[in-house]
Amino acid sequence: MSVDKTTVAKIARLARIHVPEERQESIAEELNGILSWVDELNEVNTDNVEPLANVTGHGLPMREDVVTDGNRIDEVLANVPETAGGFFVVPKVVE
Amino acid sequence: MTDLLELGAVEARAALAARDVSAVELASAYIAAAEETASQNHYVAMTAERALEMAAQSDARLAKGEGGLIEGLPVGVKDLFCTAGYASTACSHILDGFTPTYESTVTANLWREGGVMIGKLNCDEFAMGSANETSHYGPVINPWRGKDGLDLVPGGSSGGSAAAVAARSALLATGTDTGGSIRQPAAFCGVVGLKPTYGRCSRYGIVAFASSLDQAGPFSRNVADNALMMQAMAGFDEKDSTSANVPLQDLTKAVGQGVKGMKIGIPSEYVMDGMDPDVVTLWQQGQDWLKAAGAELVEISLPHTKYALPAYYIIAPAEASSNLARYDGVRYGLRVEADTLDEMYAKTRAAGFGEEVQRRIMIGTYVLSAGYYDAYYLKAQRVRRLIRDDFDTVFRTVDAILTPATPTAAFAVGRKVDDPVTNFLNDVFTVPANLAGLPGMVVPAGLNGEGLPLGLQLLGRPFDEATLYAAGQVLEDSAGFTATPTGRAGGQS
Repeated sequence: MSVDKTTVAKIARLARIHVPEERQESIAEELNGILSWVDELNEVNTDNVEPLANVTGHGLPMREDVVTDGNRIDEVLANVPETAGGFFVVPKVVE
Repeated sequence: MTDLLELGAVEARAALAARDVSAVELASAYIAAAEETASQNHYVAMTAERALEMAAQSDARLAKGEGGLIEGLPVGVKDLFCTAGYASTACSHILDGFTPTYESTVTANLWREGGVMIGKLNCDEFAMGSANETSHYGPVINPWRGKDGLDLVPGGSSGGSAAAVAARSALLATGTDTGGSIRQPAAFCGVVGLKPTYGRCSRYGIVAFASSLDQAGPFSRNVADNALMMQAMAGFDEKDSTSANVPLQDLTKAVGQGVKGMKIGIPSEYVMDGMDPDVVTLWQQGQDWLKAAGAELVEISLPHTKYALPAYYIIAPAEASSNLARYDGVRYGLRVEADTLDEMYAKTRAAGFGEEVQRRIMIGTYVLSAGYYDAYYLKAQRVRRLIRDDFDTVFRTVDAILTPATPTAAFAVGRKVDDPVTNFLNDVFTVPANLAGLPGMVVPAGLNGEGLPLGLQLLGRPFDEATLYAAGQVLEDSAGFTATPTGRAGGQS
C-alpha cells in the first residue's frame, strides 16, 4: 500500500489542510516511510483478537437526561474570530 | 533567594507551615528564577501577578494554621492545560490568543490545594514530539550540558515542565503523557515524573491529543515531592467520562514503605540497537539496588513490546486527526479568510498547524479512511490488546517492572533527522504503558559518561501508583542522585 501524490491530495482534502502541489511529493515520501515501518504489525497473528479501544475496564457512565449546564452564550463566543448577533460567522455557504 | 530554591516541595510545605518562609517570598524567588533562566525558554507566559495574589491568599490561610496539601507551593503549568482567564495555546499557532473561560480539573484541584501558578510552560505543539522542538514558541533548552557544550533538548512533549523543575524555575510542574511525554523529558532533565494509570487524573480541560492514551501527571525534583503533588491533582471527575472512580491510595505514606518482599519484573525485550551502554549499566545497577533493598528480581517476557511503537503511531495519529478537527477557524484561535468555507478551513489549518502536527493528522486521516481502516487502525487495536495482555500476564507474578527510561541521554537541539521514525524511537520504552493504560514513573538514577542524567522507569499494575512510589524512593535513596545542572537558577552559568 503505497501513497502517491494523488493520495496525498485526497488525504489533504479529507483533513481540510491546504497542501501546495510542490509539497505533495515529499509528503508522500514521508508517509510511505512511516507506513512501511508500521507494516511490521503484519507479522503479528491477530486472528480472534478483539480490537482494544479503551483500557478503562468500565463502560460509559450513565446519568439522568437533564440539563446541567447552559445559557453561556458570551463564554461560548468569547474566543470566536468573527461573531455577529450571538452567532458564529462563516463564509457564505448557500447562494 | 537561592536558599529558598533549594527547598523541595515537602520541605517548603513544612517551612511554610512553620512560617519560616512566606508563600510570597517563595513565589518571588521562583519568579526571579524564571527570569534568570528565561533564555532556556521554559515558559511561554509568566503569570507573576496572579502568582503573588495566590501566594498572599496562601499566606493568609497558613497564618490561621490552615492550608491545602500544596499550600503556597509554586507550580508551573504545561500550556496544554486550560487556565481560566490565561491564554492556553498548546504551543500551537492555531490557538493564538485562545483564553479559556473555564479551568481544567487538574489545575482546579491544584489551586484548591493551595498551589500557586507561576506561568504556562512550553511544550511540543499539541504535545506531538519528543524533543520540544515542534513548539510554535521555539525549542526549550535543557539546563544540563554535555562536555561539548552544545545546547541539548529537554525531551518532550512536556519539555518546558521537566526543564523548569530541573533548572529551579518551578518547584512543581504539570505534564501530560500520551506516549512518554512526562517520563522521557523527566529522564532527559534528571527529575521525577509520573504518568498515572489511565483514568486517575481527569482529562477535562486538557487540550486533547489522543484521548485513549492521554494522562496528566506531576513533575518534581524527588519522589516524595511527586507523591505530594499527585495526591493533590488526582481524583474522580464526572466531567471526564473515562475518569476512574477508584479511591486514591495514600501516596505520601507509600513513599517510605520500601520493597522488601516485592517481586520486580525485568523484561528481556527492553533492549534495542543504538542504546547507550551507560543505560544498560544503569539498568543493571537499578536491579542490584532493588535486590539489596529486599526485592526479588524475576525475569519476565513481554513478547509484543517491539510492536508497541508502530501500533502507537497508528492509534495516536488516528485519534489526533479526529480530535484536531475542531480547529476550524470558526470557534476559536486563528482564522485565515477565504471565499468559501472549505477554503477557509484548509487555509486556516495549513497556516495554523506546524509540520509535525500536519503530518500526524494526515497519517491519522489515511489510516481511518475507507479501505484502510481494517488494515491499519483495527490491526493496531488488536495488537494493542496483545500488549495489554502481556502486562496482565506478568502482573499475576510481579508487583512492578523495572526498565530503562530512554535508550539514550538528551541529544543536541536541531539534530538533523531525515527520517521521522528516528525521532519516534525515543519513546520505545515508554509507549507500552500508554497503550496498556498502566502507571509509570521515571526516577533520575545516574549520569552517563558525558555527565548527562539518565533515568530508570518503574511500571505498575493499574491504580497501584503506591507501589511505584515505594520502589521509586528506594531507587532514589540508592542512587543518591544529587547532581544539578549548570543551567539552573543560581548555578554557575
